[in-house]
Amino acid sequence: MNPVALRRLRGLLRKEFLQIWRDPSALAIAFLLPAILLLIFGYGVSLDARNVPLAVVTQRPGALAASFAAGFRHSPYFKPRPFLTIQEAERALRAHEVQGIVWLRSDFARRALAGGEAPIGVIVNGVDANDARLVEGYVQQVWATWLSAQARSQGHDASMALAVEPRVRFNPAVSSRDYLVPGLIAVIMTLTGALLTALVIAREWERGTMEALMVTRVQMREILLAKLLPYFLLGMGGMAASVVMAVLLFGVPLVGAWWVLAGASALFMLSALGMGLLISGFARSQFVAGQIALIVTFLPAFLLSGFVFDIGSMPPAVQWVTHVVAARYFVAILQSVFLAGNVWSVIVPNALALAAMAAVFLGLARAVFRRRLD
Amino acid sequence: MWRQVLALVIKEMLAVLRDAKSRAVLIGPPLIQLLVFGYAATFDLNHVPMAVYNRDPSQASRELVAHFAGSPTFRVVAMLRSGRRIDELIDSRQAQLVLVIDRRFTRDLLTHRPAPVQTIVDGRNSNTALLIEGYANTILTDFALRWGETHGGRPPPAVLQTRALYNPTLSSHWFIVPGIVALLTQVVTLLVVSLSVARERETGTFDQLLVTPMRPVDILLGKGLPGLLVGLLEATVIIAAAVWWFDVPLRGGLLALYLGLILFVVAVTGIGLMISSLVSTQQQALLGAFLFMVPSIILSGFATPIANMPPWVQDLTLVNPMRYFLVIVRSVFLEGAGVAALASQDWPMAVIGAVNLVAATWLFRRRAI
Repeated sequence: MNPVALRRLRGLLRKEFLQIWRDPSALAIAFLLPAILLLIFGYGVSLDARNVPLAVVTQRPGALAASFAAGFRHSPYFKPRPFLTIQEAERALRAHEVQGIVWLRSDFARRALAGGEAPIGVIVNGVDANDARLVEGYVQQVWATWLSAQARSQGHDASMALAVEPRVRFNPAVSSRDYLVPGLIAVIMTLTGALLTALVIAREWERGTMEALMVTRVQMREILLAKLLPYFLLGMGGMAASVVMAVLLFGVPLVGAWWVLAGASALFMLSALGMGLLISGFARSQFVAGQIALIVTFLPAFLLSGFVFDIGSMPPAVQWVTHVVAARYFVAILQSVFLAGNVWSVIVPNALALAAMAAVFLGLARAVFRRRLD
Repeated sequence: MWRQVLALVIKEMLAVLRDAKSRAVLIGPPLIQLLVFGYAATFDLNHVPMAVYNRDPSQASRELVAHFAGSPTFRVVAMLRSGRRIDELIDSRQAQLVLVIDRRFTRDLLTHRPAPVQTIVDGRNSNTALLIEGYANTILTDFALRWGETHGGRPPPAVLQTRALYNPTLSSHWFIVPGIVALLTQVVTLLVVSLSVARERETGTFDQLLVTPMRPVDILLGKGLPGLLVGLLEATVIIAAAVWWFDVPLRGGLLALYLGLILFVVAVTGIGLMISSLVSTQQQALLGAFLFMVPSIILSGFATPIANMPPWVQDLTLVNPMRYFLVIVRSVFLEGAGVAALASQDWPMAVIGAVNLVAATWLFRRRAI
């Protein structure tokens, strides 16, 4: 780049920074929006069921039934409510007062002591299928604990043929916040990155100041570069603030190296800004740009990135679509770097994918802008 | 008065629908989203990659592995010969579950002692980890019970018989797709309403509107009604798709559903009008819409249950109309709930809607004069 071009670029950069400084909305998008979102998300999004209201029906109270019911009182997952008839419990289930029923019939103790295999009815409200499955799993745990306690009290090893020893690698407390917060950072930065550029440039088109810029000697790539650099810095600032919040406020462990995180974030930010540039290249009005930014960035990042919903379980056609969602790669890197450390077999391929996406989006944006000159 | 309002409604509808791009934005993306998200947003696990480290190659252990391989939930991707690769497989996400069968497995089974097996799951996604553990436990328990029956062990004193009400196969589509009705209706309504006044302010036509004989209330009505109509129309299309495309059972009546829907759209329109009267540019309007929309989706129970949130956040959700409508749409679809059962959800939305409309009128008047 020759000195004249460099001076032009410096002038443009100065103009952009002044613009940002004078209109607080860009600063708000970069810093306020992520901070507020992370707060709400971090506290609001949790998949850990605790104190699930559960109806425990004992039709004929007795020592054995009481020992089983006690398991629910001692479990952190349940808040049991005693019932004497199944009809009352079902009414409570239908009224959403309890989420499930554990039903010990009147012949429970007799059958358990005689031949064994006394049936315990478990009825869950299946509307929220995920929650229902977790509740089923917790009930199973209570049951298994009761079985082995029961067997020990009768002096034999256990009545189950298997002894299962579960182990969770990374995140041993299986706290959903520890994996959701890193994913949230990706979702939030997708939104701010794309919004920053899409809205700001759409506004220039609307006001006609873009055309004014174009009739000067400034070249297209200089305009793009001047737009990109300030917003890149703003976005990275927001990113850093989010990471600090995740670690200090939400206590998410950061096992990996910070420079890996910074590098991956830079690649991701470039692809998000590229996406925003591309959107603003297509959409002339802020209305359309904002709509598209919301629809093609935030919602896919929320639903198609693997942040809450497992990508491997999606139908193949949808899995294929997730490959063009940049957040997918970033979520994979973030979850690994935060919880597992520098796992290169995850980081390298995903970082390469991010770099490729950034290059494609920025390249396309440049082509679209050039075409719009004609 | 009504003729003037009607004229303004028609003008608004034309303004939104005549522009090819904003028309496309209203029709295309919501439908694409419905399809993609309807398929993508699932908590159901299938074909989870797993590895097996079988330290006791025997008939019994092979039978246990066959139980896993035969289940639709799991897909055995590797049989390990040593324990060294376990961590590596999990770290690189090639396997989400590793089943380790101990060397004493067969011996303990035959001598009626609990035979040791270990399950190792990837905890990076805690929800998936818990679900995988649950599925694996079900398979292991099944195996244990069957082994006990056929090999003369002591049967356990009690067994669980589990069933799920309303959603017997626990398909999460049935939970998510009705939720999308609420999600997309809110997105579209809010954007149409909140941008309508800002657009006129930017182009300067708003002052022309103010000098017409229309009262501010009439202008507000004319701005709000199009959003209401667009929202209802959008919701109807999505409800139809949920029933006929995604085969989600619609067990309740349309009356209960549409009563809730109208109250919901009115409440959202009120929020849109408030944003509209507070801002002066479309950019600010969009920002306002985002600032409301994103938290309202997260704190609605759409993807994660409200009951899991800390108490003060749960209190916060009480002012979120989407929270109530989600209960209504899911109850009507899956539980067959009627109008009477949902009254407890309808009235808070009615209150929120009324407050929003009054507040919007007040804000609007202040800005208009």
